[in-house]
Amino acid sequence: MEFSAVDLARFQFAFTVSFHIIFPSFTIGLASFLMVLEGLWLASGRDVYLRLFKYWMKIFAVAFGMGVVSGIVMTYQFGTNWSVFSDKTGPVLGPLMGYEVLSAFFLEAGFLGIMLFGLTRVGPRLHFAATCMVAFGTALSGFWILSVNSWMQTPAGFSINEVGQFVPENWFEIVFNPSFPYRFVHMMLAAYLTTAFVVGAVGAWHLLKDRSSDAARVMFSMAMWMAALVTPLQIVAGDMHGLNTLEHQPAKIAAMEGHFEGEEGAPLILFGVPDMEAGETRYQVAIPKLGSLILTHSLDGRVPGLNDFPPEDRPNATIVFFSFRVMVGIGFAMLGIGLLSLYLRAKGRLYDTPLFHKLALAMGPTGFIAVLAGWITTEVGRQPFTVYGLLRTSDSISPVDAPAVATSLLVFIVVYFIVFGIGTFYMLRSMAAPPDSGDADLGGEPTRAAGVTPAFAYRDKTTPSPAE
Amino acid sequence: MDLDLPLIWALLIAAAVFLYVVLDGFDLGLGILFPTARSATERDVMMNSVAPVWDGNETWLVLGGGGLYAVFPLAYAILMPALYAPIFAMLFGLVFRGVVFEFRFKSSEQRRWIWDIAFFLGSLTAALAQGVILGAIVQGIAVEGRAYAGGWLDWLTPFSVMTGVAVVIGYALLGATWLVWKCEGPMQDHFRGLALTLMFAMLAMIGIVSLWTPALDPAIAARWFEMPQILYTAPVPLMVLGLAVVLFRSLNGTRDALPFLASLALFLVTFAGLGISLYPNIVPPTITIWEAAAPDSSLAFLLAGAAVLIPMILAYSAYAYWIFRGKVRPGEGYH
Repeated sequence: MEFSAVDLARFQFAFTVSFHIIFPSFTIGLASFLMVLEGLWLASGRDVYLRLFKYWMKIFAVAFGMGVVSGIVMTYQFGTNWSVFSDKTGPVLGPLMGYEVLSAFFLEAGFLGIMLFGLTRVGPRLHFAATCMVAFGTALSGFWILSVNSWMQTPAGFSINEVGQFVPENWFEIVFNPSFPYRFVHMMLAAYLTTAFVVGAVGAWHLLKDRSSDAARVMFSMAMWMAALVTPLQIVAGDMHGLNTLEHQPAKIAAMEGHFEGEEGAPLILFGVPDMEAGETRYQVAIPKLGSLILTHSLDGRVPGLNDFPPEDRPNATIVFFSFRVMVGIGFAMLGIGLLSLYLRAKGRLYDTPLFHKLALAMGPTGFIAVLAGWITTEVGRQPFTVYGLLRTSDSISPVDAPAVATSLLVFIVVYFIVFGIGTFYMLRSMAAPPDSGDADLGGEPTRAAGVTPAFAYRDKTTPSPAE
Repeated sequence: MDLDLPLIWALLIAAAVFLYVVLDGFDLGLGILFPTARSATERDVMMNSVAPVWDGNETWLVLGGGGLYAVFPLAYAILMPALYAPIFAMLFGLVFRGVVFEFRFKSSEQRRWIWDIAFFLGSLTAALAQGVILGAIVQGIAVEGRAYAGGWLDWLTPFSVMTGVAVVIGYALLGATWLVWKCEGPMQDHFRGLALTLMFAMLAMIGIVSLWTPALDPAIAARWFEMPQILYTAPVPLMVLGLAVVLFRSLNGTRDALPFLASLALFLVTFAGLGISLYPNIVPPTITIWEAAAPDSSLAFLLAGAAVLIPMILAYSAYAYWIFRGKVRPGEGYH
């Protein structure tokens, strides 16, 4: 089978952006978690918060480094593989990315060094300020890049000039385009939940090994509060995001739902296999009327079907249908964990139920899967356009030959699997190390007894502290 | 009053690229010099001397790329496909170089050599690719309509290979003089000696570039060798000579910071010389900054933010350098 340059460039973008999104989803949440931990440490003076801060900071540093290097690739890939898109959208989207670099990337990078290396140099209060700046920077970065992505989904505030470029007319409408507020909230909550479930799994792992570990208890408890409180919010946010998509990108909704025929009182298809060739969803398991109820909040509301749209404008329902279900399924599993944690907490058994800890451990990576599934849904659902309804993906490509794209794609696959595979291994190894010693990720070294290292005198491992 | 926004932005992007070149230049220079370190401790010190700041340094590259997309989208859309292979080589180099900062200290002592090699090769590849990109832009890009019209190996010429080598040598000089500033004792002496050799190599490369570039294009030659333009351009070679003397004397003396500052100044002067050769083209030899610019509304919107944010960035970046001022000693770092 021959792949065209467009197919290869799309696959390359999907591959590099999928790898990239894993790290920001984690670092946005982890930066806020670190900020909370350090704030709690400063407010309470409890040593366990500082130990947890240092423990997670080392993991954060690795994740952040991988986010940075995989992100730089994205900055240039727009131009190398999607030059026509770049030329046409640059006047509108470029300044938003410019703001992301100026207001967010520099902030994160500038204060990251102080956060990682500066505690003994600047003192705890200034250090906390640096941690806050890093956390704020990661969130601000999310703000701008989601505005960019949302504009590609629901373009607004622009006109088209004589050479075919999108040019700005109203910056407020561009930045706060119709789908942006929903997508932003949905993604930020996703980042927090993803992190919470990783932290919860690590806490659970260490509770399974040592039920008395105070650090494991604290992180597990914090993560389960997040699961219980944020998951319901996320489900509401997701529903509102879906309604917004129905209004602005009905073909995407039709693909997500597996509806080929638009109808009133449409069923909710729980399972099926959408067949794009035949124009129908086979092997359906459906609940009558529920589709209309969810999407229009009325039993007889009309929901769109893919056949309402010309064949050349339809997204691939086979992919979107399943990716959407993976995301939603994980969301409800997370809700189940959150509710169960409330029940166990009320019974006073949160730290004494190994079966629940095993469950939480198994849920550890699911946030990442849900994030990827969600992005696949929204991005594949935007096809066959890069700027929805206005610029086709096939018209966005660079004048680069397929062999060049194929070569770079192959190198990406090899390099990313090696580099990010090793990085993930190091992160997992750090997570496996017990959180109660001062030197969290150096398993072979003698560990300090928990709690004896005075917080303010805490120094690098090579410097003996008075308590030893 | 009408501001010439494309010109302002061209200067701002040039400033961002320059800051990237000198700041990440010494980071990458360290990597290029990694094999010359004489012990694992020296390599630790080298890495720790830039570990708190490298990420901020590299962000200027993101501003360079992102800024080009925002304010000169046509240039971005033509240059990136034209420079496809060296851009990806640079990115892969930067991926390896960047992750080593964390990975190296996480790996066991027995396997650390793998990351030492990755750091060296990543830095070398990125520096070489950046030099090749520079040469490829200077020698000119084939354009048709609003798109790149050349083949995917057009960037590869003797000239671009030469500029690639020149940038590697220049970065190594920045790295060596940075280490003279940040280290002490025998390690400092070692890099002081290396810096002296690299200085002569760098001056030789400046000489070759200065003679070869005008030979590529008569219009460039006219700027440097004909009256009356020569009156404006003559200070550039004179300043190079003056700075070479300062650098030479400071490397033979006992000054710690001056060699690095003189190397920075040398980069600034040669960068200005490059600007003189290329202005007002952003995609030589056909597309000017005004032709490539986005509409004024885009440029003004981003300029408003840049006017506030860039001074802040410079302030807190300088603060980060200030916090980590002074000599780097073995054993420092959070790992």
